[in-house]
Amino acid sequence: MKRTDNDRRDFLKTSAAVAGSVAVLGLSESCTRQKDSEMVQILDQDGNIIEVRRDQVEETIKDDIRVREGMKNRKFVMVIDLARCANARKCVSACNKMHSASTPNDWLKVLKMSDSEKTAPYWQPMLCQHCDKPPCVKVCPVDATFKRRDGIVLVDNDRCIGCRFCMAACPYSARVFNWEEPSAVADVEHALESPETSWPPQKGTVGKCDFCPDVVEKGELPHCVTACPNSVFFFGDLYEDTVTNGSETFRFSKLIKDRAAYREMESYGTHPSVYYLPPSNRLYDFEEGLENYSEFKQDSLENTEQP
Amino acid sequence: MIDSNLVNDLKPRPFGLWGRIWTVVLVIMTLIGIWAYYRQIQDGLVITGMRDYAFWGIYISNFVFFVAISLVGSLVTAILRLSGAEWSIPLTRISEIIAVAAIIMAGLTIIVDMGRPDRLMNLFIHGRLQSPIIWDVIVITTYLFISLMLLYFPLIPDFAILKNEKGNPGWIQKGYKRLAINWNGSKLQEKLHQRGIFILSVLIIPVAFGIHTVTSWLFATTFRPGWDSTNFGAYFVSGAFVVGAGGVIAAMYLLRRHYQLEKYITDEHFNKMGKLLVMLCLVYLYFNLNEYLIPAFKLKKEEEIHIYSMLFGHYAPLFWSVIGFGLVMPVILLLFRKWRRPFPLFVISVIVVITSWWKRYLIVTPTLLHPSMPIQGVPESWAGYSPTWMEWAITLGTLTMALLIITILVRFLPIIPIQEFSDHMKKTSSHES
Repeated sequence: MKRTDNDRRDFLKTSAAVAGSVAVLGLSESCTRQKDSEMVQILDQDGNIIEVRRDQVEETIKDDIRVREGMKNRKFVMVIDLARCANARKCVSACNKMHSASTPNDWLKVLKMSDSEKTAPYWQPMLCQHCDKPPCVKVCPVDATFKRRDGIVLVDNDRCIGCRFCMAACPYSARVFNWEEPSAVADVEHALESPETSWPPQKGTVGKCDFCPDVVEKGELPHCVTACPNSVFFFGDLYEDTVTNGSETFRFSKLIKDRAAYREMESYGTHPSVYYLPPSNRLYDFEEGLENYSEFKQDSLENTEQP
Repeated sequence: MIDSNLVNDLKPRPFGLWGRIWTVVLVIMTLIGIWAYYRQIQDGLVITGMRDYAFWGIYISNFVFFVAISLVGSLVTAILRLSGAEWSIPLTRISEIIAVAAIIMAGLTIIVDMGRPDRLMNLFIHGRLQSPIIWDVIVITTYLFISLMLLYFPLIPDFAILKNEKGNPGWIQKGYKRLAINWNGSKLQEKLHQRGIFILSVLIIPVAFGIHTVTSWLFATTFRPGWDSTNFGAYFVSGAFVVGAGGVIAAMYLLRRHYQLEKYITDEHFNKMGKLLVMLCLVYLYFNLNEYLIPAFKLKKEEEIHIYSMLFGHYAPLFWSVIGFGLVMPVILLLFRKWRRPFPLFVISVIVVITSWWKRYLIVTPTLLHPSMPIQGVPESWAGYSPTWMEWAITLGTLTMALLIITILVRFLPIIPIQEFSDHMKKTSSHES
């Protein structure tokens, strides 16, 4: 029996969605940058290679498995230059805006640090370290928080049971909890519901910095990186051995070698993906940052820090 | 044949006035707790005093307390039974009832602490064996079932006795009959019965150690000062036996007084339980010494802040009250026979149970307030923890619900194993003659 074109398209859509996603991905990947009207080759369920118009192929790429596996051949790292940080806190407000996290549940905190009495104080942006041996993932009873091959640790808010064991396990206090129904409004770009956007935040579940995988996948930089007026944050790919803050690009291995980078709490064996450059030869006086600093915030969940 | 006086003394009776008042009070407190929990489901955990740093509070301490006290079932019914301490027979039923009530409430309490109790099934759908929480789910469920069987098995002959008694409404008698599952006391039944109890008694000991060791691992598997300890399993198990023994002593005093069981639960029982409590307190003190002295000797930077706040700082009054009244005082006083008489021992046991509850609080929350990264950029109140009234209402509700389960079981089950006690009496009298 001969199929009409429409039948065939419908069939392709369903089969691609149901079972053929792997085959579709494999063949269509080389064509991803082509326009909608162009023809792409596809392997159907019977093993025949057929040509269809690109806009007729259902994108099954955003499925749960893909989100959990992460991007192929990428390994993200961040370098934070403590010598440049003046506690401008633009990273905090940008992060909150883009993720609808409301302070005091900031995902990103700028901490006033001093290693010991006599050593100089400095400002340290603190976010999820996206550890390669993440203690939070180890303890999660339901696989709600997971580690991807691109190095990113994410939280599946649809699965999290709210036991908070991951918060106990994280030595960096990087995780926050939605104690009540989140009142924040979605940013337009965040319409997609996925662990990759950490949207929407849900009452009774855990949240944390996600390295903005939705933005990174588009070839852009995470929001904290672009928002920083002092170019403190560098983001990049370990496999490409480059990190950039948007205006400057460095060879990652050379940068961490030249500037004697370190990782937070190396002795715990968590293997973080975030590297810190020590606060030597600083661009700004530590005191400049004190203007924006108060140890504690007002005691209100609604007190949001907006740009 | 069982002595009819014995049956008359020990068969469960309807509550008198005090029993009813007690039950009504428990029901009201439990309902208040349920109402508060309903509010928590609506509004979220925001109604508690917990926040991003002190994210585990009295719910978790209460959970640890319940798991701890439930270990008494294995102590009295299994360890004492297997070691041939037959004097403990009249206490086995009471301790097993406490164990069952406590382990049920431990399960419910941990659900109370969950941010998303509606997703409880995810533990089974998506459960990952590498998480200590899954170990806890497995081992606590196992313990619940073995405890229920260890409560039920010795009850079978008692149900067979009770089904022939009069004075109860028909449905209760019918229940006894059904639960007696055609027990006729034949040689074969007796043999299988004894064997079953023996196997359960052996089985429950490793599982009992398991529930509290795994519960301690929920803390010890993290990097946090005060929890990061290889001593934690033994520390928890030994502490559990202390609170369990305290709980049984308190219960046996109240039940003996209320049901006039002086013939069965004698002063000698209190004497022996008092001695046992001394030993258990000493073992627990030993593990406390390990837990605090060694980090205090080394004073790693993070441990230093934690230990200082416990021994001399914010938590010092509570810490030393718990150690002093809950462990040192019982050891000293109970060395003297006059303090091992029923009433003084009862008072000491109640103090032991209360301080044990606070001990769990001291294990859970202070550690969370001393994280490795400084607490900044949050409201000042988040750097501390004070439970809200709602939280207390729920917690008290779980405690009264546990007492309610015990009360209901006491109403329908003989508090002293009739058959076992009768066999024991026959054995000792024939031994003497």
